Amino acid sequence: MTKTPHISVQHLDVHIGAQHILKDININIPDKKVTSIIGPSGCGKTTLLKSFNRLWDNTADVKITGKVLVDGEDIYAPDAEVTRIRKKMGLLSQRPYPLPMSIYDNVAYGPRIHGIRKKQVLDQLVEEQLKATGLWNEVKDRLNASATRLSIGQQQRLCLARGLAVGPEIILGDESTSALDPVSTAIIEDLFISLKEKYSIVLVTHILRQARRVSDYIIFVYMGKIIEFGPTEEVLLNPKEELTKEYVKGYIS
Amino acid sequence: MRKRKFEELFFRVLMILATIIVSGSFFLIVGTIFFKGLPYMNWDMITKTPGGGFYIGKEGGILNAIIGSFYVAGGATVLGLIISIPVAIFINLYMDGKRLLSNTIRMAFDVLFGIPSIVYGAFGFLIMVYFGIRASLLGGIIAVTLLVIPILVRTLDEVIRTVPFELRDATLSLGATRLETAKVVLRQIRPGIFTAILLSFGRAIGDVASVLFTAGFSDNIPTSLHEPAATLPLAIFFQLGSPVEEVQGRGYASALILTIIVLIITVLADILIKKFSKHKI
Repeated sequence: MTKTPHISVQHLDVHIGAQHILKDININIPDKKVTSIIGPSGCGKTTLLKSFNRLWDNTADVKITGKVLVDGEDIYAPDAEVTRIRKKMGLLSQRPYPLPMSIYDNVAYGPRIHGIRKKQVLDQLVEEQLKATGLWNEVKDRLNASATRLSIGQQQRLCLARGLAVGPEIILGDESTSALDPVSTAIIEDLFISLKEKYSIVLVTHILRQARRVSDYIIFVYMGKIIEFGPTEEVLLNPKEELTKEYVKGYIS
Repeated sequence: MRKRKFEELFFRVLMILATIIVSGSFFLIVGTIFFKGLPYMNWDMITKTPGGGFYIGKEGGILNAIIGSFYVAGGATVLGLIISIPVAIFINLYMDGKRLLSNTIRMAFDVLFGIPSIVYGAFGFLIMVYFGIRASLLGGIIAVTLLVIPILVRTLDEVIRTVPFELRDATLSLGATRLETAKVVLRQIRPGIFTAILLSFGRAIGDVASVLFTAGFSDNIPTSLHEPAATLPLAIFFQLGSPVEEVQGRGYASALILTIIVLIITVLADILIKKFSKHKI
């Protein structure tokens, strides 16, 4: 843990309109681990996650101060190149949103916009990522079919494959299993666990059991502040802070 | 209990009546032009331009107006799309941090949407006078383009707004630029673009007032943009105004032709919309 972490947040404040959503956030996200952000609805979990790849850029009335360092580079610096920063992170949203094109083109979309044109290279990338997300055997005979024909669980894995195809270092998951059935949820959770060998993963979740199953570290956020951060077992079973204790026991939600 | 049952029955009867009145008047309109126009329908009507004695009830047809209308409505829709797509993309994907400004632009198009077509005709006429263009196909296309741009922009705007934000987030997170994101959004709304084209073409082909001063009228099929062009609505207007019964009948036949054209376009668009919805979420 001596080298610079992939994501390091320093004195981050986020205002949306008149609301102060995140207050003085300071955190180093552990590399090659799964870190879950937990907390009650409206506490700022998703806001924090989205500030990691500047997805707030396109929203009105959002003011962000402080630093988010990705590989030591401040992504909110005026000369930061936003497309290159976002390429380092794959986002998996609450519901799958496949692009309006075929299964193959969905995965190939990212590499294509970043300049890969060779069919051979693309074929290989698509196969590799579909295998990594366990979809290959299910879709290899219908790569040209519309992505919307897939089941919702398959679509979510396709979206993951699409994100992985641009070669990110970090995976951001925003309640990525909330629209899925239990079987698909288990598949996605297992994928997160196996993918942490190669990627640093940050998840937002409001399911404590999921946080416990999947993550190595937990960040507990309450009213826009980080209350506690530590290894999963410690935060969930032996919390230091009173607020965390109450949340874990289900007194505040 | 009885009161609720009566209420249910009462409003049900009202709804059935309203439905009958609306669909009934539709059939009444179509029926009228059908019965009045059908006796005067013949192959010459759609394959020949007016002959020497056409306006006293002799030989010829309205091919000039059919072709002219397609030229004007088609040209205006194409020109309108070229202008409207960038506008709709810009106010939705590039101005999302400036809601006040984009809503002001939307309001401007709403106002334009409500302006009567005769005003566009007059405005188009002024533009033509300024540039020294005579009543011609080009003039008609310009005036009708002005008429359809607000329709196109507002329709495209509505459709783009139905695209979930998450789809944009998805492409942006892959490192796409706004333009690349816009291309995906356009793909997503392809059925909506066809709807917009249909609405625009339908409005353009049926409008009289905008072409009244600008396109002129001619018994010949225009061979260049600078020649005057006949249009179906004007052809109907002139023929119905004639004292000759034969010519009046042809007016209804022309109305029938226009209606059939619009019907075909509607059905065609419907098929295309279904075809292109393949990838829609």
